[in-house]
Amino acid sequence: MKKQEKPKISVGAVIEEPGSTIKNKTGGWRSFRPIRDKKKCTKCGLCWQFCPDNAINENFDVNYDYCKGCGICATICPFKAIKMVKEEK
Amino acid sequence: MKKVIEASTAVAIGVKLCNPGVIPMYPITPQTHIVERLAEYINDGLLKSEMIHAESEHSAISAALGAQATGVRTFTATASQGLALMHEILFVVAGMRLPMVMAIANRALSAPINIWNDQQDSVSERDSGWIQLYVESAQEALDTIIQAYKIAENKKVLLPVMVCLDGFTLSHVYEPVDIPEKKDVDKFLPKYNALFKLDPKKPVTMGPIGFPNTYMEFRKATHEAMLDSIDVIKNANSQFKKSFNRSYGDGLIETYKVDDADYAVAATGTVCSTTRVVVDELRKQGKKAGLIKIKSFRPFPKKEIISCCKNLKGIAVIDRNISLGNEGALYTELKSAFYNQKKKPIINGFIAGLGGRDITPSHIKTAFKKIIENSSNTEWLL
Repeated sequence: MKKQEKPKISVGAVIEEPGSTIKNKTGGWRSFRPIRDKKKCTKCGLCWQFCPDNAINENFDVNYDYCKGCGICATICPFKAIKMVKEEK
Repeated sequence: MKKVIEASTAVAIGVKLCNPGVIPMYPITPQTHIVERLAEYINDGLLKSEMIHAESEHSAISAALGAQATGVRTFTATASQGLALMHEILFVVAGMRLPMVMAIANRALSAPINIWNDQQDSVSERDSGWIQLYVESAQEALDTIIQAYKIAENKKVLLPVMVCLDGFTLSHVYEPVDIPEKKDVDKFLPKYNALFKLDPKKPVTMGPIGFPNTYMEFRKATHEAMLDSIDVIKNANSQFKKSFNRSYGDGLIETYKVDDADYAVAATGTVCSTTRVVVDELRKQGKKAGLIKIKSFRPFPKKEIISCCKNLKGIAVIDRNISLGNEGALYTELKSAFYNQKKKPIINGFIAGLGGRDITPSHIKTAFKKIIENSSNTEWLL
């Protein structure tokens, strides 16, 4: 396992910098990525509404820095415009 | 001012003198009198605190946690099943380093259901990260509540404190109590100034996830704060003596006629009072008996115990709890304190006073007799 840098230990684990969760990019957790077919998409906004990580923006583009690949957007899409594609390197 | 009051009232007066801003409460026998008195003080305008009627003990301690996180002094009280229901949140309060104070009117745990006194409830929470102080009298209960805030809020400590008093055996007993003056308490206990607090003007995150690369460091820091509290507890006790002319041993342990004793009883709580009487009686018969009262069970004052036992031949540990399948908790811990010592006394364990069974002088005389004879197993004083 890669040795991680030790973060500073505060009393009671208090984080004094608000909103710092944004530094924790969770895109690496993903094993499937959502791909939107723009022709099928009607911009109904259900994927944006249902995304639990707020990783779909108001133009319905996916932010892959934070998308964990849960697939809720693909399941909820009434027009089957989102496909889950295996992450491969 | 001296008054004859119930020990539960003494606790409530102690709390009132410390001015907590929020008191979430949920009644449970034998603790109820404490929060009833506090509710009366609030109703009568004698205490300006926000009282929260919680729907369970889990909610009461959670509300106290939330209130304390906003930088306000809090208090609550419970016993037995109520403390067991709080179990989950006890660890959170300690881990978040929130210095609240809670009174425990010690009571047995079900089953079979039993509302009477033993110390199984708080002893079962010994690993929660709360400082645990066991008291012997109504006066000590009041004084220890005031000291508890001083200890908890010390920046070297920042840990919650349980003040444990035996249910009924002490909580419902009336004794003369010297009530400190408010102005003197204000001098002893400065206004609470939280290191961190929830404040929209300066937002912070409290209670975040601790990943495997930091969790152990946080646990270690909390453990070290608990060890650091040993000196803080001693200082609180000696400062209290300066301000109010009362103290309880060194704050951690208190001994009675131990210096020249051959044999001593070690115990926590009210059984110590009965033991003092037995010690005096045995002394009249020419037997060199003594008492070691363990006031602080967490942190466990190993050094202090070892140094007071130098001349002892034997210690009889009386436990008002039982770790089923092993022995009494205090017995286990006392033996472990002596593990690396070259010279150590014989130590025997006695289980007594479970579920409200009286511990009488004859039980304690039996414990002394058996330690002198050195019978080696854990004995039940039924």
